[in-house]
This record gives sequence, structure tokens and C-alpha cells, in this order.
Amino acid sequence: MPPNMISSLFGRSPVKPLQNHMAAAHKCISQLIPFFDAVFENDWDKVAKLQKEISKLENEADELKRELRLHLPNSLLMPVSRRDLLEVLSMQDKIANKAKDIAGLITGRKMAFPEQIAPLLKEYVQRSVDASEQAGVAINEFDELVETGFSGREVKLVESMIEKLDEIESDNDRIQVQVRAEMFKLEKELPPIDVIFMYKIIDWIGELADRAQRVGSRMELMLAR
Amino acid sequence: MDYGTFYIILACAFGLFMAWGVGANDVANAMGTSIGSGAVTIKQAILIAAVFEFSGAFLAGGQVTATIRKGIIDAQLASGSPEILIWGMLASLLAAAVWLLVATRLGWPVSTTHSIVGAIVGFAVIALGFDAVKWNKVGSIAASWVVSPVMAGTIAFALFVSVQKLILNASNPLLNAKRYVPFYMFLVGFILALVTMFKGLKHVGINLSTAQSYSIAAAIGVLVMLVGIAYIRRLKFDPSEDRDFHFANVEKVFGILMIATACAMAFAHGSNDVANAIGPLAAVVGIVEHGGQVAQKSALPIWILLLGGTGIIVGLLTYGHKVIATVGTGITQLTPSRGFSATLAAATTVVLASGTGLPISTTHTLVGAVLGVGLARGIAALNLNVVKTIFLSWIITLPAGALLSILFFLILRAIFSTT
Repeated sequence: MPPNMISSLFGRSPVKPLQNHMAAAHKCISQLIPFFDAVFENDWDKVAKLQKEISKLENEADELKRELRLHLPNSLLMPVSRRDLLEVLSMQDKIANKAKDIAGLITGRKMAFPEQIAPLLKEYVQRSVDASEQAGVAINEFDELVETGFSGREVKLVESMIEKLDEIESDNDRIQVQVRAEMFKLEKELPPIDVIFMYKIIDWIGELADRAQRVGSRMELMLAR
Repeated sequence: MDYGTFYIILACAFGLFMAWGVGANDVANAMGTSIGSGAVTIKQAILIAAVFEFSGAFLAGGQVTATIRKGIIDAQLASGSPEILIWGMLASLLAAAVWLLVATRLGWPVSTTHSIVGAIVGFAVIALGFDAVKWNKVGSIAASWVVSPVMAGTIAFALFVSVQKLILNASNPLLNAKRYVPFYMFLVGFILALVTMFKGLKHVGINLSTAQSYSIAAAIGVLVMLVGIAYIRRLKFDPSEDRDFHFANVEKVFGILMIATACAMAFAHGSNDVANAIGPLAAVVGIVEHGGQVAQKSALPIWILLLGGTGIIVGLLTYGHKVIATVGTGITQLTPSRGFSATLAAATTVVLASGTGLPISTTHTLVGAVLGVGLARGIAALNLNVVKTIFLSWIITLPAGALLSILFFLILRAIFSTT
């Protein structure tokens, strides 16, 4: 059957792949919670196993990202700009990438965080995972946004979701300050090189939430047109 | 007229061939958006197409047929030798039909309308000279090829924005859908009936005053609306389906509306595209029946419209159903609310063109309408390469139809003029 004008008019929708990618990225970062549990239990076999798992999930997200990029030729007329869409995708992907980096560095150096900061650090990680989850909630409204043609109540709904995402991120910032203060008290008793990397990990966990928030702000740009 | 009967038989055969081609290929495009949105099944679509293509062709196909038959060339120039006109029309039919067959096989973008217009202009220039073509009429036809997609796009945009405002953005979309969708149904019935009565029914022997037309159209609109309301009442809504996608139940209501719109589209397509097959046939029959007089006044015999309608149905049933299945399943991301906006816009444009006697391409009009919905940010991804394809089809089809018809004309003349 030769190609038909009406059916070839419709390009592959980027909505579902984008949502799938966000789900994959979130699945990857949410593994950080059991991962940190294992770190504080000093169960390095389990840590190594979870690190492999995170790395595998990150690869899956990468695969979805490539798929989506390949299906976005310049000739597509979409309700959102191609650039915004790709930016959201790239932010989502960076969430997974950073999670993989965190797991990799901790596993590689067998980093033993001081017992005292365990509850705070776990809460800190949890907040970053929350931010990514909230970004996923907003991204899941994408098909409804297309359905309503990016207008009306649906836009307000998504805006409120993004607001909540911003709140989670600033909460995450607040915890980061506490974690740093706690580390500052403990750092003199720890091996200096380890401390340098611990601060690095703390930075990176904060970046997770930052990136989730950026997914939200890119989405906001899509709404405003 | 030694070969009078023979010419008519030949013209009928070619006309049927062409009508078969229209039914086999074009109908699929007209029905594509309806099936693609999931509102009608393939079987339903074929049934709708069979009934409404035929009624469209029969009730509203006369005006465009008249244009193809005698609007493009100045037949007075051929009054001395009516055979030229007969050969020309036969050649045009054959050229357009053959070209369609070849191009469809090769997957090239073609339009039945463009091939037949190209073919008629082609033979007229060669056989009767450059001045025999009514260039201003041809000009307005060509302009309508640009105007019709743009107009359909604009209407589709407006329709979709109204759907957005009234239903999708409301605090209770489902309630508003049930409330407003019947009015859209009224619109479908009203517009279609009105245009048909204003322009189409004369040849069937029915003459109505303006007031009569309006009231009958309104009555038909109300009828469509009532049937629609009855169907919407029978719908079962399942709140659990809305969990994943909040508009699942709203789209069900649009599904009912889409059935009405699909009928409208089939009707519109029949009214415009049947002329491509039977216009030249009618011309041949007219000349032969008047004993070689190039009659410009004669009415269009109804059996010709019937023949065209039948040809389309046969094409649809023998081959078109396969194409419908392919096209329909290729369009998965069209929801009924989009399908409705695009299809009604296209149907309105096409019916208006039919009433004005302009042969336009239904496919191109539909593409314009879908793009209109896309511009209202209603569709996730549209492939703009199709616009390029449309331009290509103008560039390829017109000369190809012209050249083929010239070729066939020369052959026919060589065969018949010796006696």
C-alpha cells in the first residue's frame, strides 16, 4: 500500500515517550533511597548491587531519550516548541544521570558517612526523590494539556503542580543547609579527602531536586504562549 | 454521428472506471479522520460511505459536474466538429483514470480533481487552441485549490477553539459536552441540508424558495440533533476510565457527534468528486443525444449521476475498504473532538465548493482542516512534509493529466477520423 496523504499527516506523538522517559528517570532516582539505607547499614554487597541496578535503569532512560529524539524531525508541527520539549527531556535525563553519578562515586570510594547525619541525609535524599516524583506528576498531565489545547483549567492545574514542585525544591535547599552545618561540625574528625567527596555528594543530591525543578520550569514555558 | 452509441458506451465504461478509482482511493481519505479518531469502526465507515457518498453524488453532485462538463472549455469553438469534443472528453477520462491508477501504484501524491482538470485543459489547448480554454474559470478553479484548504483550516481552528471554550475547559467537561454537542449536531445537519437545497436539488426537479430551504434545513438539523441526543442518552459513562486520561468520557460524547460528521464528510465528498468521473461522460452523452449539436443548455440526465454514484460504491466495496482500513489505523492520535473539528470544517468547505460548482480536492481540504486544529495546539504532532506533498501533487498531476489526455486524444482521433 503506497503512503497515504491523510495518514502520513500525523507524526509520532512525543507525549507518551516523554512521559515514559520521566517514569524511567524517576524509577532510577528512587533507587537512591534503598541505596542510602544500604550505605548506612555498611552492607557493601547490597550497595554494589543497587549501584548496578541504578546504572541499568539510567541506561534504559537513555535509550528512551534516544528514541524520542529520533522521532522529532524539524518538519513536525507540535503544540509545544521543539526546543522546550527537548530541554524537558534533557533535564529529565540529567536527573537519572546524576543519580547514577552519586551511586557510582559512593560505591567506588566505599564512602562511610558518619552515623550522626544518617537521618538528616536520608530525609535530604527523600526530598530530592519527592521533587522528581512531583515533576513526574506534572509531566503526566501532558496528554491532558494537549487534549485541552494548552488552555483553561488544565493549565491552572499544571501550574499549581509546578508550584508544589518549587516548594519541595526549596524545602530540599533548606535541608541541604542543615546537612552542611552538621557536616561542618563533624568534618574535623574525618579523613579530609573523604570529607571533600562527602560535600560533593551533598551538592549532587541537591542538584537532583534542582533538575526536577527545571523540568517544571521548562513545562511552564510551554504553557506560556 | 456514426459512432454515437459506441461513444456513449465507451464514455460509460471510462466514467465507471474513473468513478471506481474515486471510490477505491479517495473515499478512504474522506473517511480517514473518522475512523482514525476511533469514533466509527471500519465496517460502519464503509456503510456510511456507501449511503452518503451515493446521496451526495446524486443530490448535490450536479453543480460541479456542470463545471467539468462545460465550464472549462468554450464548446462553441468546436461546434463545427463535435467529434473533437467527444474524443477529448473520452481522452480526458481515460487519462485521468490511468494516471490515477499508475500514480497510486507508485505512491505519488495525486488528486482525482487535479488530474481531470489538467486532462481537459490539456486536450483543449491541443485540439481547439489556446483560446478554447476559459482561462478565468480555470483560474478560479486553481485559486479554489489554494483557498479551500486555507478555508477549511480556518473553520477547523474556529470550531476547535469553540469546543475548547465551551467543553474542554469547563469545570465539568462531561456535563458541558452533553449540553453542547447536540448543537454541533444541529450545525452538521443544517449546513449540509442548506447547501444541498440551495444548489443541488434543481436537477432532481425540486425547486424551493429561500425561506423553504432554511426551514427544511433547520428541520433536518433538529432531526439530526434529536437522534444525537437519543444516542448520547444511551452512552454508558465509566468514571474509572477518567483516572488515567481525564477526558475519556467526554470523548465518548464526541464519538457520537463524529458519526454525524462522518456522514457529512461522505456526503460532501460524493457531491464534489463524482463530477470528476461523470462530468466528461455527461458532456459526451449531451453531444451525442443532440445529434452532434454542441448543446450547452441541456439538463444533466439523472441516470448519469446514478451511474457515478454506483461506480463510487463499487470502487469502495471492491478495493476501497482495504485502503480505508490502512488509512484509518494509521491515524491513532486523533481524538473524536479533533476529528470532529477537522472533518466538519472540511465537509462544510467541500459542500460549499460543490454548491458553487468548484471542483476541489477533498484530501487537500481535509489536510488543511487537520492543520487548522494543529495550529490551535490540539494535536501532539503533525507532519508538515505533507504540505510539500500537496504542492508536488499540483506540480506533477496537472501536466501529467494534460500530457496523457493529449496522447489519448491523438490516438482516438487517428482511430475514428478516418471514416
